[in-house]
Amino acid sequence: MIIAQALSKYYGLKPAVQEVSFQIAKGETVGLLGPNGAGKTTILRILTCFMPPSSGTITVNGQDSYTHSLAIRSKIGFLPETVPLYSDLSVQQFLDFAGSIKGLHGRSLGLALDQVSEECGLKEHRKRLIKHLSKGLKQRVGLAQALIGNPPILVLDEPTTGLDPAQIVEMRKLMRDLTGKRTIILSTHILPEVSQVCGRVIILNKGRVVAEDTPQSLTSQFQKGFRTILLIDGPAPEIAAKLKAVTGVQQVHTTERSGEYIVESVSDEKIRPLLAQTVAQAGWDLRELKAGELSLEEIFVQLITDETPEVRS
Amino acid sequence: MRTLLAVLKKEWTIIFSSSIFYGAAFIFLLISGFSFWAGVSQYGIAGLQSSQNPYLAGMLNLTDRVVQPFFWNTAIVLLLMIPLISMRIYAEEKKTGTIELLFTYPVSDLVVLCGKFLAALLVLWILLAATLLPFLVLNRFGQLDWGVMFTGYLGLTLLSTGFLAMGIFTSALVENQIVAAAASFGALFLLLLISWAKNMTGPLMNAFLEHISLADHLIPFTIGVLDTRPIVYYLVFTFFWLFLTLRYLNSRHWRG
Repeated sequence: MIIAQALSKYYGLKPAVQEVSFQIAKGETVGLLGPNGAGKTTILRILTCFMPPSSGTITVNGQDSYTHSLAIRSKIGFLPETVPLYSDLSVQQFLDFAGSIKGLHGRSLGLALDQVSEECGLKEHRKRLIKHLSKGLKQRVGLAQALIGNPPILVLDEPTTGLDPAQIVEMRKLMRDLTGKRTIILSTHILPEVSQVCGRVIILNKGRVVAEDTPQSLTSQFQKGFRTILLIDGPAPEIAAKLKAVTGVQQVHTTERSGEYIVESVSDEKIRPLLAQTVAQAGWDLRELKAGELSLEEIFVQLITDETPEVRS
Repeated sequence: MRTLLAVLKKEWTIIFSSSIFYGAAFIFLLISGFSFWAGVSQYGIAGLQSSQNPYLAGMLNLTDRVVQPFFWNTAIVLLLMIPLISMRIYAEEKKTGTIELLFTYPVSDLVVLCGKFLAALLVLWILLAATLLPFLVLNRFGQLDWGVMFTGYLGLTLLSTGFLAMGIFTSALVENQIVAAAASFGALFLLLLISWAKNMTGPLMNAFLEHISLADHLIPFTIGVLDTRPIVYYLVFTFFWLFLTLRYLNSRHWRG
């Protein structure tokens, strides 16, 4: 169990993290979400004992990160944001070093090396120098060094930054495979990553927690009414006006997609047949009608722009 | 112990894959080889000149003409070379960000420092040992005083250990390797030659400068005297800079 209590960190006089509190249970996969400069990396650096907080505490299984630094570090596998690696070492040499420094030796070290190389797809690259690897492979080496020794907590700081789309998909798959086996804390500003990988989200902005819940709960909390998405062939201004005139409809938005309309309403139970009827009576072609949900992206934008009061489960 | 060996092994691998190390080692061996050759050549010329004069010939010996100048020249070359080896030890880790990995692994700052220091020290000692080879050859043709050789090499070993400790300290302070090398070179150069100023100050200051001068403490070693005072001085010098490095590294925990 990880517990952060009133955690604050100042760089000089500038606050990076202010009064942040959260709890992460064993086996959970939690996403730290926030724009650049929100304080995600600072929180992770405090958790991994790289730096102390200016005030507040962070404990792992009851042990304080300041007073039990070595004990906590032995429980954590950390992948820093820029994936720093010893480029003059080969993959094998680097993982051997990471394993040895985590207390592995002899046969257990050999087995751990085999296991992480297999898990991270590095088996064929073990003899290669790190400086000669692609960005994606370097990211895998970074993940492998975090995984070696099988730490119960995995801390990943923006693990997909700088990767190409194929590498991002691979990396996310790798992270999904790891969920459930250990506690994972993932920091990112990429929203689909959180939706795909994390069971719970802590949203940060300007060093403070602005929301904390599961993606589904956040959606239901922030979705004030119901949303229906329609795809209609016909004259746009007339369609929008007709849809707006339907009883119960609060707002109608058009989207970038041609012919797509988003209808916000107080109730969806009765409104959808009514909307379909309206379109049919006007003689337009209704190509699609479906329920729409507020995306995490919209919640995120809403939170970091509106400075909405803190939302917690 | 295993974690210390892991750090040491990693440092060794990195040192031996660095072109800067090979460049520095090449220059060190070249200059120390040249110093030996120049000493032996001058000894040969002096030998020829004194062949008609038994008194002068009796005064001529390898220790004065070859060994002692070699020790002083090597001390100067070490001053130039060690900052090149020590500059990357922490500065490179800071620059590349691997310090974040190192400080979040379950290993204490002391173990990391010891591993890094020992790795660089072993490399230095190997290089120093390599300079012994020409003397082994010379010993076949002349009479070397192995007592002076022993104390001289002990002096150089202690001197280089101190140089390295200070170089590591400057490397821990900054993330630019050039700045680290320049700072350690400047500070070591000043401490090596500080006794030059001793005749320009008062008696108290003279004594102080003599006591902190790196060069003055090397003198007994080069003439074959095994005195505990310079040995203690170099050991204290080494531990002082290592202690400061460790305190500086630890300070990140309370600097916040």
